[in-house]
Amino acid sequence: MSAAAAPAAARPAVRAGTGTWPTAVRVARQLRHDHRTLALLALAPGLLLALMSQVWQGQPGVFDRVGYLMLAVFPLLLMFLVTSIAMLRERTSGTLERLATTPVTRAGLLGGYALAFGAVAAAQAALTTWFALGVLGLDVPAAPGWVLLTAVLDGVLGVALGLLCSAFARTEFQAVQFMPVVVLPQLLLCGLLVPRERMAGWLEAVSAALPMTYAVRALESAAAPTGGTLGTDLAVLAGAALAALALAAATVRRRTG
Amino acid sequence: MDTAVEVEQLAVRLGGRPGRRGRPVLDGLSFTVPAGSVTGLLGPSGSGKTTLLRCLVGVQRTERGRVRVLGLPAGAAALRRRTGYVTQTPSVYGDLTVAENVRYFAALHGAGRAAADEALAAVGLAGAAGQLTATLSGGQRGRVSLACALVGRPELLVLDEPTVGLDPLLRVELWERFRALAREGTTVLVSSHVVDEAARCDRLLLLRGGRLLADCTADRLRRDTGAEDLEEAFLRLVRAGGGAGREVAA
Repeated sequence: MSAAAAPAAARPAVRAGTGTWPTAVRVARQLRHDHRTLALLALAPGLLLALMSQVWQGQPGVFDRVGYLMLAVFPLLLMFLVTSIAMLRERTSGTLERLATTPVTRAGLLGGYALAFGAVAAAQAALTTWFALGVLGLDVPAAPGWVLLTAVLDGVLGVALGLLCSAFARTEFQAVQFMPVVVLPQLLLCGLLVPRERMAGWLEAVSAALPMTYAVRALESAAAPTGGTLGTDLAVLAGAALAALALAAATVRRRTG
Repeated sequence: MDTAVEVEQLAVRLGGRPGRRGRPVLDGLSFTVPAGSVTGLLGPSGSGKTTLLRCLVGVQRTERGRVRVLGLPAGAAALRRRTGYVTQTPSVYGDLTVAENVRYFAALHGAGRAAADEALAAVGLAGAAGQLTATLSGGQRGRVSLACALVGRPELLVLDEPTVGLDPLLRVELWERFRALAREGTTVLVSSHVVDEAARCDRLLLLRGGRLLADCTADRLRRDTGAEDLEEAFLRLVRAGGGAGREVAA
């Protein structure tokens, strides 16, 4: 380098969100180089929905319910998987330790991940919602805008949970197995397979504590003539995502043994 | 001359668990590093070099002791803009291009593309800017990693065995780069287990079993041990259990 080290006074201070945008851009660029992952993210939910519409072809109304509520399952499930592996790589490759010596803060790093994968979740949700309503002819009286917003928040929740769970995995084998552990119970209890009011009391209580329940309830509310509990449901989803992000930030340690 | 690094009675244990103390890796180290110098940290593998460097950049939990860098406690937020750390295994993103890697670290330091291009040119990788980092050789990846540290124009540059796996020509070039940086005022601390690299340093720290065996210049080390070359000087020192240049450290 031709110039000498810059004097300390010329360097800006490190603030809480330092590095958010550069990290988001970097994560997005990493994804852009991975064409197969992008193709899977774009196409997998639509293809699975198309399969479901065929499975229930002889039973009108079933796909309109189950296929619709799957719009609250796919974003969380897929973003959880992708994000937990991406963050695990950061932790195991040595780049996280290196980042600990740069101006990026924990909030900046996780915020960058949430921003980049949140944008991917939004694009995926938009594509899947369009495909379900427009191409597969899913028949629900909900406004597409609310459906999309629910799917995006659900995807961001998946990102936040993935970032958090990556802290508890040392290998990719462990990380992928967190998916059934974290996501399947939510899928079983969210009201998609069995309406929540028909569950045993204690199961209904557990269901009320799991965030995916509120994504399903938000979609149900969006389709209800009165709007139901839509506002509360979306607020709970957003709150759960923020809480998971804050917990994930607490798992990033600058100093290690 | 100013002091860039001050270490006092630094001790680190690794592998500790609740209820059990770990084994000592650094055992009461004290030394200083003058600003604008090239200091070599030498010692056999397992002597604690990496742990010591991690203490200086503030990512190592310590048992006791004091580490001050550029007048601040190691790991202070303000230091993260003023220090550069190059890990032993290149820590860069294999799924980004060379330029994208360096631009990311530039952006974290608030610097732009021009700074990134300059850093890439400095490590001789301007021609590989568009290449995916995973497709590079190990030595090239190491240089990408170095560029990512240079791009922040650090006042203190900490390098963990940066010349491992480099051919002799590149090694010489890299050492010339360190000398040039030091002339411009950067403090360079380089670990190595290659003794002939020690001759290129202003000062040497010789670490063995978590203790400092020597803290002096290469000339001084040769004189004190009466050895012709540094390799022999090190061997004599290790066999004698240390002692050369200790008065310099005190």
